[in-house]
Amino acid sequence: MSDVSLMVNGRRVSGAAEDRTLLVHFLRENLGLTGTHVGCDTSQCGACVVHVDGKAVKSCTMLAVQASGSSIVTIEGLANGADLHPVQAAFKEHHGLQCGFCTPGMIMAATDMINRHPEGLDEATVRAELEGNICRCTGYHNIVKAILAASKTMAKGAKGKAKQAA
Amino acid sequence: MGIEGVGARVARKEDKRFITGAGRYVDDMVVPGMKHAAFVRSPHAHAQIKKIDVKRAQAMPGVIGVLTGKELKADGIGNLICGWMIHSKDGSPMKMGAWSPLAVDKVRYVGDAVVVVVAETKGQARDAAEAVEITYKELKAVVEATKALEKGAPQIHAEAENNLIFDWEIGDAKATDAAIKAAAHVTRMKIVNNRLVPNAMEPRAALGHYDKAEDHYTCWTTSQNPHVARLVMSAFYNVAPENKLRVIAPDVGGGFGSKIYIYPEEIVCLWASKKTGVPVKWVADRTESFLSDAHGRDHVSTVEMAFDKNNRITGLKVDTIANLGAYMSLFSSCVPTYLYATLLSGQYDIPAIHANVRTVYTNTAPVDAYRGAGRPEATYLLERTMEAAARELGVSPAELRRKNFITSFPHQTPVIMNYDAGDYGASLDAAMKASDYAGFAKRKAAAAKKGLLRGIGMSCYIEACGIAPSAAVGSLGAGVGLWESAEVRVNAVGTIEVLTGSHSHGQGHETTFAQLVNQRFGVPIDSVSIVHGDTDKVQMGMGTYGSRSGAVGMSAISKALDKVEAKAKKIAAHLLEADEGDIVIENGALKVAGTDKNVPWFQVALAAYTAHNLPAGMEPGLKETAFYDPSNFTFPAGCYICEVEIEPETGTTEVVQFVAADDFGNIINPMIVEGQVHGGIAQGIGQALLEGAHYDASGQLLTASYMDYTMPRAGDLPSFKVSTSNTPCPGNPLGIKGCGEAGAIGSPPAVINAITDAIGIADIAMPASPPTVWAAIRAAKH
Repeated sequence: MSDVSLMVNGRRVSGAAEDRTLLVHFLRENLGLTGTHVGCDTSQCGACVVHVDGKAVKSCTMLAVQASGSSIVTIEGLANGADLHPVQAAFKEHHGLQCGFCTPGMIMAATDMINRHPEGLDEATVRAELEGNICRCTGYHNIVKAILAASKTMAKGAKGKAKQAA
Repeated sequence: MGIEGVGARVARKEDKRFITGAGRYVDDMVVPGMKHAAFVRSPHAHAQIKKIDVKRAQAMPGVIGVLTGKELKADGIGNLICGWMIHSKDGSPMKMGAWSPLAVDKVRYVGDAVVVVVAETKGQARDAAEAVEITYKELKAVVEATKALEKGAPQIHAEAENNLIFDWEIGDAKATDAAIKAAAHVTRMKIVNNRLVPNAMEPRAALGHYDKAEDHYTCWTTSQNPHVARLVMSAFYNVAPENKLRVIAPDVGGGFGSKIYIYPEEIVCLWASKKTGVPVKWVADRTESFLSDAHGRDHVSTVEMAFDKNNRITGLKVDTIANLGAYMSLFSSCVPTYLYATLLSGQYDIPAIHANVRTVYTNTAPVDAYRGAGRPEATYLLERTMEAAARELGVSPAELRRKNFITSFPHQTPVIMNYDAGDYGASLDAAMKASDYAGFAKRKAAAAKKGLLRGIGMSCYIEACGIAPSAAVGSLGAGVGLWESAEVRVNAVGTIEVLTGSHSHGQGHETTFAQLVNQRFGVPIDSVSIVHGDTDKVQMGMGTYGSRSGAVGMSAISKALDKVEAKAKKIAAHLLEADEGDIVIENGALKVAGTDKNVPWFQVALAAYTAHNLPAGMEPGLKETAFYDPSNFTFPAGCYICEVEIEPETGTTEVVQFVAADDFGNIINPMIVEGQVHGGIAQGIGQALLEGAHYDASGQLLTASYMDYTMPRAGDLPSFKVSTSNTPCPGNPLGIKGCGEAGAIGSPPAVINAITDAIGIADIAMPASPPTVWAAIRAAKH
């Protein structure tokens, strides 16, 4: 057993976990954050993507003890209170989800993708960068649409903020 | 149409919980004292069980129980059944071999469950499962249906000689043979429909909880039809009587058919919970899903299509061998028969059809309905054959199809179905226009300049949905009726709960069903709750599959709404001192037509429950129930056109354009309907280009993870151009046909027709993966 201490969605949490415990299981079982899902055993599907110190990580590829000391954001912590994150809002507006199982990982991966491309995104880039996230319901059509729309919204937001700062 | 009514693109109500991580799937459920199960599965495709030694496992840390099939049988738990009886053409019933939830003396496929271990943690359960010692005597295995029928093939079930389950036929053999004999041209093909794994993103899971105090069981399960699960587990598997068994299917992460069936694991979790005295949860990992979820397709067919000298089809003869795997899954028998051969007329006027279908046991996972279920197999066979015929006859594929279209309705085919409405020419025209079919030659030439092979292919599909009149399916062998139920509860303040037997696992029922209520009563959709997926809340229902929730499920709701409306109008007429016949519902109020006299909806509801001033003799309350049994199947149809570019050096195929023109009848929410089509097309393109379940000759599944089984990813697909036309379905009150499966049905032949067109070859196997395409290009050159 090892002690695990993390910042999760802005809250300090700690607990003991078997050494073999994956981060995803620690989040789901120890912390009750069941929004992060497990869809495969081989780090292919991306249903478990969370942000670890600002980067998208498949939480099934990381041991909980490895993440100790990190700051983590899960799907439960993405919205600002009642205000949806622009990526969440875009997934709803553009029908980027059906059964909802891959959705948390998709949204976390998409948020990271948009953050890494401040220059903006095009369809080909979005499709290429979604390589690590599998959806069986939507055929990706509306997921791609939602990510492109969110990318535009977030760019506008960033510009607005830059103007305010100036 | 109001902004939330029928026909409006309303964003989904259910999305809020899914996009914030608040969805509740079975694996998210925790009950006090809950422990974890792991299954010991057969590593052999075919073997006798000589000995099971659980001693070492029982002594492992955290282990609560290690249970075998012998104990399960001793407790009277029944075998799994197939619920649709098919008779062979000689009149004999199908040969159903025994399927014990835990194998007792023989295993028949890799993944067959043998022992269950219950332990404190999932990790401990798995560790202990590794310590169970089972001695097997390996037997020869057979994985291909054609080989399983050969003399001397391994005998899988004692009940089914030569592994033949049934040998069934439909149609007029004599008339069809005569048509072929007299034909000016006959197109002959061998058609293989590859085996697929449905792969809902949420793996199957079950949580069984036996409550000793109440002598009552609760099962949380990843099911498309919790009521059917309760019925079957109660009536056939002796888990518990229905009044002692509650089945809950909460949020379910996709189904595509694979979550219709009642699998061994949910039965075992319930039984093990009583046996061990703790709630027992099992969640499949992905490899377990690959091994043990029901697979789809796997047909091998030959077809002969006869034409007269004017290129009109005069006859169609089909011989199909369908692989049903190691055991007969719940609806496995109806898929290659009544859901397949009855659609072999397609969109065409064919005077004579005969189909023979043999179903076969093999040492592979059970095969059952997967999105489309029989109809993709029929469409693939017909549309590949039409394409080949057009090329052989030297005519345009579009015009050959158009010439043979059924144009007047109702149309009785020679294979049971009576098509009620359609306009196949309209879909063909729409698809050709949207794809700029006329401009293809230019695009092909431009691609050739870049060294790419460009091809175009179409597919005109029809399907039968909204299954079906209960008496009709009963006469064809179904063990259940296929109606749907609804209950509409208007609360005293006017908010509404709709209880439905349909189950939503991605289809958006919480939104579309509420839109229907909004359309009728003007109540905002946020004031309408759709309740489903719990046998304690909804009395009975048949669930969601076969694109039936709109055509059948919503028709039941519509019928219940009719009854609520009638009573509400009576109350309003009484309150307004008007004639009942003069009351209309507009903008959330009941009005006397042509006047400004009105009473708001919520006041009518309140009046129903205060019961201070109701018409003489009227019971208080405003709640109505309806059961709706369809009068016919519905017949969605459409035309899909696919354009591909192939890189000849690598064999890589890119779908550069995909157009879908569908006729789904009336549509409640176009946004959701388009989403269903997108998803279906992706699965169809997946089948054509990427996906295939492969067993080696010894019966080991070689494609048992996402490292081996190629799921379509975003980069494998284009954005799709979809549109709809509308010939309303005359068979149900809403004019709905259903849209859930069309994409997966119509798309594979369009893709393969495009690839064969690009390369200039007659046929190519699915999945047309890069090595297959590369080899085909090489072979075509030499």
